[in-house]
Amino acid sequence: MGWALTIDNLPRLASSSVKCAVAVIALVLATSVGPGWLSTIPDWLVFPISQWVGDSLTWFAREASIGGLAVQEITRGFAELINKPIEAAVVILADGLFSGSGLDITQSVPPFSWLAIGGVAIIAAYRFGGSALALTTCICVSFLVLFGLWHNAMVTLSNVLVSVTIATLLGLALGIWSFRSAHVENVTRGIMNVMQTVPIFAYLIPTLLLFGYGPSAAVVATVAYALPPMVHNTVLALKSVPAETVECGRMTGCSRRQLLWQVQLPTALAKIAVGLNQSVMMTLNMVIIASMIGAGGLGFDVLKALRKLDIGAGLEAGMGIVALAIVLDRISQAVAKRAAHGKHREPGQWPLWRLLGLWIVVATGIALVFDPTQAWPKDYVISTATFWNDLVSWINRELYDVLDAFRTFALLQVMRPFRDALAVAPWTLMIGLLTIGAYALGGARLAIYCAALAFAIVLTGYWIPAMNSLYLILISVTLAVIMGFPIGFWLASRSRYQTAANLVLDTLQTLPTLVYLLPAVMLFRIGDVSAVIAVILYAMAPAIRYGMVGMSQVPVARLEAAQITGCTGWQTLRWIRFPAALPTLLIGINQTIMMAFSMLIIAALIGTKDLGQEILIALNRSLVGEGIVAGLCVACLALIADALLKAGAVRASTHGHKKKDQEHGE
Amino acid sequence: MANDIPVSQDSNDVPMLSCRGIWKVFGANKSKFEQSGGSDMTDEELLARGWTAAVRDASFDVARGEVFVIMGLSGSGKSTVVRCLSRLIEPTSGEVNVEGQDLLAASEAKLLKIRRQKMGMVFQHFALLPNRDVLGNVAFPLQVQDVARSQREERAREMISLVGLEGRENFFPGELSGGQQQRVGIARSLASDPAIWFLDEPFSALDPLIRADLQDELLRLQDQLHKTTVFITHDLDESIKIADRIAIMDQGRIVQIGSPEELVLNPANDYVARFVKNVPRSKVVRVSNIIRSATSADVVGDWVVNINDRLADVAPRIGGSTQPIAVQDDGGVTVGYVDRDKFVRILAGSA
Repeated sequence: MGWALTIDNLPRLASSSVKCAVAVIALVLATSVGPGWLSTIPDWLVFPISQWVGDSLTWFAREASIGGLAVQEITRGFAELINKPIEAAVVILADGLFSGSGLDITQSVPPFSWLAIGGVAIIAAYRFGGSALALTTCICVSFLVLFGLWHNAMVTLSNVLVSVTIATLLGLALGIWSFRSAHVENVTRGIMNVMQTVPIFAYLIPTLLLFGYGPSAAVVATVAYALPPMVHNTVLALKSVPAETVECGRMTGCSRRQLLWQVQLPTALAKIAVGLNQSVMMTLNMVIIASMIGAGGLGFDVLKALRKLDIGAGLEAGMGIVALAIVLDRISQAVAKRAAHGKHREPGQWPLWRLLGLWIVVATGIALVFDPTQAWPKDYVISTATFWNDLVSWINRELYDVLDAFRTFALLQVMRPFRDALAVAPWTLMIGLLTIGAYALGGARLAIYCAALAFAIVLTGYWIPAMNSLYLILISVTLAVIMGFPIGFWLASRSRYQTAANLVLDTLQTLPTLVYLLPAVMLFRIGDVSAVIAVILYAMAPAIRYGMVGMSQVPVARLEAAQITGCTGWQTLRWIRFPAALPTLLIGINQTIMMAFSMLIIAALIGTKDLGQEILIALNRSLVGEGIVAGLCVACLALIADALLKAGAVRASTHGHKKKDQEHGE
Repeated sequence: MANDIPVSQDSNDVPMLSCRGIWKVFGANKSKFEQSGGSDMTDEELLARGWTAAVRDASFDVARGEVFVIMGLSGSGKSTVVRCLSRLIEPTSGEVNVEGQDLLAASEAKLLKIRRQKMGMVFQHFALLPNRDVLGNVAFPLQVQDVARSQREERAREMISLVGLEGRENFFPGELSGGQQQRVGIARSLASDPAIWFLDEPFSALDPLIRADLQDELLRLQDQLHKTTVFITHDLDESIKIADRIAIMDQGRIVQIGSPEELVLNPANDYVARFVKNVPRSKVVRVSNIIRSATSADVVGDWVVNINDRLADVAPRIGGSTQPIAVQDDGGVTVGYVDRDKFVRILAGSA
């Protein structure tokens, strides 16, 4: 811990590292010569927790009743209720209305044409984000139309809109409630933290049980996934309303309700919109996964293609999701920015709603007369699927030797030995090392917290799959950081590339996780190597971003001080930039790990043998308890990593000193 | 509100705003504070309990139409005092009266009513609502009171033109400069025509030139509106420029209250003396301080000055003649003549 090394704390630090070293040696000795149950988990320590969870949830869904109504009836009724807006959205955006039945079915009312909807998106993009955003939107819309993805994209959009609306309303309500009561906030924060770390798959299983298979179940799972950022950002936004603004509201004599609705919420809107943007992105991320339990649209296309290993079709549908994601992301970001800084209408400029209304009328009129603007003719649809499939065959034919050599080497020389080492390491040794590390970083509380989470995994009997997950995460995160940070550092000193870099990183992060699997599978077929590569691809973006941000936010005065002292570039990096960037870098590693976890679980689809696979199996066989418990084990791992790195970041930013209690201000 | 005041008393005799023995102790509540000794507690006793006294025993009256400035360095408790006067911060002990009514005893509903009808406030960082345009911001206090749209917008437009922002009605705060934003803040604080006007360091966040502009603007408005004003600042020059009376605060205590002249001529302690040391006296002290009294018959000569003139304004006349100079009051009655020795001593700083 070089950053903490100053003359004053040298003795203290030395004594504490001696203590740690002694503890580690004692631990290794104890676990290697101690009784057998210290190294392999004895049966009496493993409880049938999955069974208990499964039984109680099944009982809850099938037998339990609230006020005379069976829970399952209530949830199924709820599913029906959610189905209505989804159906309505699908009718308006994708399918239109049909009359007749059987083979005699005809479309009586068409949906809004691609010209109308695409135009609305482009006009809104122009109004909120200028011509650049309008151009981006135009490209994305054209892509969806030309590649024949429009209809399925609109089905997906319907699901997304309904999910986002529900998540936003629910998130706002929970956020406001948490803001007003510290007690409620503690409860929601705890639940949301766990919810954010439980892998997506784990949501699907109880959802299936309670809501059945279909679009409404998909929306429920998506809402559960997209809710935390909305709640979190709402609380944060309301808290960040300047004290003076609240005082102004109170001085003008606002009642509690007026204060909330007319002062606090509008002022917080910009930051709430950031939460909305994140919710939209989470929803899109969930699109493919949600299609496993009944959402149609582009997500289902990708899933179908992935199951058949039809790379070309998968890639195209995946790009369709990306196009949708880019448009929704950029427009919602622009709206968030606009909410932060209002802009007056130029004289003669129409209000947006009137412009959009007029456009819809005009475009619908055109569509009635000129059919291709209603539905793009099939003969003019472009497809690159064959090209991609040919490319994959070519790669398999021509590059097989090279790729296979690499794959075999990585697998046999690096990954397998590491995996086996983790699997045979005594569980007490692993937990012991974790506890000592946690104690050194953050004291007794952190040590107990981490040890308890790790021990919870032992009790469930998922220790070995958890170690498999750990090995994949460690390898991927290490590689992502080793590759990502240098790129970030390099970008930090080149400010003219940074805008472009940010745009690329934003786009990378809007891609749904499953899309990352495709190129990996294309090159290395299924297995751990592909999984690691996909995880690295996905998790590298935050490493690059935080590397860049951390290094470029060093105070200029400090750099000038280094320059005037005559530091070389390397010295400046080592002594000035790196210590200043360290807290940010640690947060970056934390983010990388969280991203890696969410990707890793998806990677189960291409044949890993870790907790993700356990969840996937549970999902396929409807094993409710197993799926949830394995999901919670992933959450335990993620929470441990999160706690350790946050403690490290705090330590790095306070330079090992404890924070002084803040004094009361004026 | 006038009904609450005894009929026999002329309402002009009741100070618009008055406070007595205000304490704000962070960490303590009223009963704990009073049980532990209340206002008799020493610094050590407060510290021993982990309490911080932001305001200690503040008492003053603000007369109708007066500009009362509370001046102090940061951390002196001036912002807390002004918040206690409106109960944005609940005082730990003491009393606050608005037109003779006990503000601290007022119910929540009553407090809302008093704030809506009698108080307006301008904030250091403007505290504009970013989602509303200028018109919406200025009309906001009236909207809170459910005033009909056409009516509140009409009033808002009046206020906007009063502060010289016509044509910017539909601009958003983010599109305005700092000075313009504070003009909006001022217009908003006046929209409900409050009797009491609080300004909490309204010009501190602005550039010096803009600050001077807005100070002049404030004087112009006050000349027109005669609001009972409590103005918070850390800038002595600003205080002297706009104040009728100044209260100087140090470490939560008001150490002196007086007109700029009194502070300059008779500082209560070293702290105040150090503050006013560099104030150009000729710009503060009035002719009334250099009169040698005499009946009009004794004063000869054509040179006349007004008793309320500042010394800097009359210095050319005093220096440009060796004849006796008569001093007249506002009614034109001669009350004495200028004492040149006193004049010189005051300017030299030895009086």
